[in-house]
Amino acid sequence: MSASLEPTKEQIKEQKLYAGMGMSDEEFAMVENILGRLPNWTETGLFSVMWSEHCSYKNSKPVLRKFPTKGPQVLQGPGEGAGIVDIGDEQAVVFKMESHNHPSAIEPYQGAATGVGGIIRDVFSMGARPIAMLNSLRFGELQSKRGKYLFEEVVAGIAGYGNCIGIPTVGGEIQFDPCYEGNPLVNAMCVGLIDHKDIQRGIAAGVGNTVMYVGAKTGRDGIHGATFASEELSEASEEKRPAVQVGDPFMEKLLLEACLEVVKSDALVGIQDMGAAGLTSSSAEMASKAGSGVEMNLDLVPQRETGMTAYEMMLSESQERMLLVVKKGREDEIKAIFDKYGLDAVAIGRVTDDKMLRLVHKGEVVAEVPADALAEDAPVYNKPSKEPAYFAEFQAIENSEPEVADYKETLLNLLQAPTVASKEWVYDQYDYQVRTNTIVAPGSDAAVLRVRGTNKGLAMTTDCNSRYIFLDPEMGGKIAVAEAARNIVASGGRPLAITDCLNFGNPEKPEIFWQIEKSADGISAACTALNAPVIGGNVSLYNERSGEAVYPTPTIGMVGLVEDLAHVTTQQVKAAGDIVYLVGETATEFGGSELQKLIFGKIFGKAPHIDLEVEANRQEAILAAIREGLLQSAHDVSEGGVAVALAEKTFGAQDLGVHVTLEGSAVTALFSETQSRFIVTVKEEKAAAFERLIPEAKKIGIVTDDALISINGDTGILLEGTVEEFRSAWKGAIPCLVKSEA
Amino acid sequence: MKFAVLVFPGSNCDIDMYHAIKDELGEEVEYVWHDATDLSEFDGVLIPGGFSYGDYLRCGAMANQSNVMAEVKKFAQAGKPVLGVCNGFQILTEAGLLPGALLRNKNLKFMCRTVGLKVTNNDTLFTNQYEAGEVINIPIAHGEGNYFCDDKTLAELKANNQIVFTYSGENPNGSLEDIAGIINERGNVLGMMPHPERAVDALLGSNDGLKVFKSIVKMWRESHVS
Amino acid sequence: MAKVKIYVTLRESVLDPQGSAVQGSLVKMGYNEVQDIRIGKYLEVVIGDTERDLDSLVKEMCEKLLANTVIEDYRYEVEEAN
Repeated sequence: MSASLEPTKEQIKEQKLYAGMGMSDEEFAMVENILGRLPNWTETGLFSVMWSEHCSYKNSKPVLRKFPTKGPQVLQGPGEGAGIVDIGDEQAVVFKMESHNHPSAIEPYQGAATGVGGIIRDVFSMGARPIAMLNSLRFGELQSKRGKYLFEEVVAGIAGYGNCIGIPTVGGEIQFDPCYEGNPLVNAMCVGLIDHKDIQRGIAAGVGNTVMYVGAKTGRDGIHGATFASEELSEASEEKRPAVQVGDPFMEKLLLEACLEVVKSDALVGIQDMGAAGLTSSSAEMASKAGSGVEMNLDLVPQRETGMTAYEMMLSESQERMLLVVKKGREDEIKAIFDKYGLDAVAIGRVTDDKMLRLVHKGEVVAEVPADALAEDAPVYNKPSKEPAYFAEFQAIENSEPEVADYKETLLNLLQAPTVASKEWVYDQYDYQVRTNTIVAPGSDAAVLRVRGTNKGLAMTTDCNSRYIFLDPEMGGKIAVAEAARNIVASGGRPLAITDCLNFGNPEKPEIFWQIEKSADGISAACTALNAPVIGGNVSLYNERSGEAVYPTPTIGMVGLVEDLAHVTTQQVKAAGDIVYLVGETATEFGGSELQKLIFGKIFGKAPHIDLEVEANRQEAILAAIREGLLQSAHDVSEGGVAVALAEKTFGAQDLGVHVTLEGSAVTALFSETQSRFIVTVKEEKAAAFERLIPEAKKIGIVTDDALISINGDTGILLEGTVEEFRSAWKGAIPCLVKSEA
Repeated sequence: MKFAVLVFPGSNCDIDMYHAIKDELGEEVEYVWHDATDLSEFDGVLIPGGFSYGDYLRCGAMANQSNVMAEVKKFAQAGKPVLGVCNGFQILTEAGLLPGALLRNKNLKFMCRTVGLKVTNNDTLFTNQYEAGEVINIPIAHGEGNYFCDDKTLAELKANNQIVFTYSGENPNGSLEDIAGIINERGNVLGMMPHPERAVDALLGSNDGLKVFKSIVKMWRESHVS
Repeated sequence: MAKVKIYVTLRESVLDPQGSAVQGSLVKMGYNEVQDIRIGKYLEVVIGDTERDLDSLVKEMCEKLLANTVIEDYRYEVEEAN
């Protein structure tokens, strides 16, 4: 649409054209009031996109305020491109996780790829060198054709972008459930490393300074992507394909290297990614944060297509672009750096003192609105919240043990459940080694990377068991954080902080909003108890298809510090003769468990209980044991219980097996998902020291050299088989499902 | 000995190559940008992996058109050592410094894993520190490592003992005769898909790749006895 | 001005796993008639006024960069434009 054909101000109001951009009547009235006049088409676009949930968090802000965000280690909390945490030696780790769910539902390869690209830009816009990627993915069951298609394409998209740009994808998690069939979740996390002195902020400060546009040219792709992300998916969503952008990892690699050179220059004042809402959000937010204004001449914006209007340029979500504010008179120094990489770097505007975002196009002022109004003054809604009926029903169900006829067959079935099964088919496609820092590759509790030039490491993981959260959002929220921390601790690290992606359904439904509130309460409590504040993340609401919401899925990305690389610990057993210990009591808890899903094909009842004080103390104890050099291996007990955890400990260990004896009722001992448990192995000569340090640890058996898994109960043998038969079931499940006919 | 690590737009294993030489081998090394027109100060050229020019059009095709590749051709003609790994191997075949081409993996997917590699020729500038027939563990990470050449070229490769590495055990990408790495007839240009520079530190899983670089240095020292 | 349409395809002797995969899918979908698929690249090159002979120019570009004649064949069509 050319500018001359755009609707008039009066038409926008009278025909309620703003509604088509996702703006309510009340919000339009607010805009009219802020401006003291009717907004034109471009201005309406600016407000609608900046006031979308995706950019403004207008529905989730009251909940986000609950999160603990401070700690002595936190250098930058939520509000910038990514959060920053101190790791000593004047170094810091920068990380954030973000969702790209809706684009991935429409075009899975590009949706996932641009999700990866976006989160990488968030990290290097802080001045940090990205060192690792993780992800958290949710799909429908792999039996369905669409589930399989989305799964394969999303994985390929993540691989395609991450491998090309040369940042290792070192970890992640994937779960499958029918609730994600129509609305998969694609959450990508990027971790970067920075020296304190290089930390950058997205501010447009210093009146008269120059606003520069760098990177790829602007096209019409992705217009209103942020608004799109703030609506439910429907059949009609397929029609909105233009909202999906195409990623160019090669361009981003060049942009990354150029930006990391630029941040070393004192000519740079501020830098921000043009992510969701592109040029609009970057310019308005940078001006608002600095308390200044920005004026831009849109004729100067590098354009890929002809005849673009101001509206189109401001709302485009073309990828691989950044906005810079540069000291006046030093533009050429910046331009020279981008020239080296063959990238556009164009002065398109200047910082003003009137706090307005003013846009000029073809000699006319086409928009003039207060920057704060766009960035800060979005309405905040306190949505009604209501406990859903199912919750009380589930809480009323007493914990009980499912009946299991054949323990061995059940273990084999659990190992083949896609959520438990080996994800090698996936991470085989990711370059997890490039930049040669990966000490612990995918397949253990957490990935560990060395910090080159030091003896430190960073442990990182993503976690979220959404079944527990569906059954009990508060308990499940606690468990998500605790399990992430357990993975970090089992790998030899101390949790530093978390980032989260809050994926939920439509918040206008009180029952959904209740899930959001309760899980945020649980996350907050666990973050406080485990000393891991929230330093950033994002919110993805409206994850529904045809009115059916996904399970509440607040995925947690956690980074921990390994103070000495000698502490790095993996889950695999190491040597025959080592003693196997179970740390933590086992109760009968099957609500939301893998066994319940396997037997009943659905989940119900109470989520496992977690006591955060017990959890924190146990994690301290395990970390202390690792630091004293007492542990050969450590693994947390999660989906599928002790039996699955024991089996996993033997996979990847050369010709070793485990022989253990478990007390109590067999089904509970084998498969219960009681929280706060670890299985560790200890050399015989260190057993006494270990038992002194952790008196509650229960010796359950021994590592053997016969490559057999043998588990006894009170009444004799429960199950026995070769490691190879369990391993091949576990390893073959996903490739087999992918290849099978739908 | 002084090494050049070439950097093209989109190279991403340059840092790994650099640190392998500097930290693990203790030799001199410098990054050389793709528009360089002089390699005279270097004794060896390393072409790293990555996605030069995004792997657009064909892997290595556009990198071959850069200034520095004209210099690499002269450098090779002078008999000095040139090692291309992964994308570097692809660039060397595009440049005609090595015969054949690298096609998409048989399963059409990128794959990253550690593979067994058999040293089929240990009498080269790059492999003299290995035992003949030794099987080493080196990571691969590529989507287009499926080596192809015509029958005549294959016969020549065999006749001249130019096949230096083959996959031991499962062939991951469908390459002809399990080929993982080949050398030119003169013996000073090696291309290989596996990444020896990722296997130079036991902390990261294997140091089996270090001998590739040690072999180069040993030969250089022997020919530069003062 | 001329618009040149260049087609780059894998040589007959070279295996095309992508083509085989697509063929397999089509057959699975019931298109049993499909006997073979070879996937190639299509390039549109717009060439401005030049002193040079168009054929030799295009051939040179193909040989030097656009096709790898070790594994690929190419052909082209010239469409004169204004």
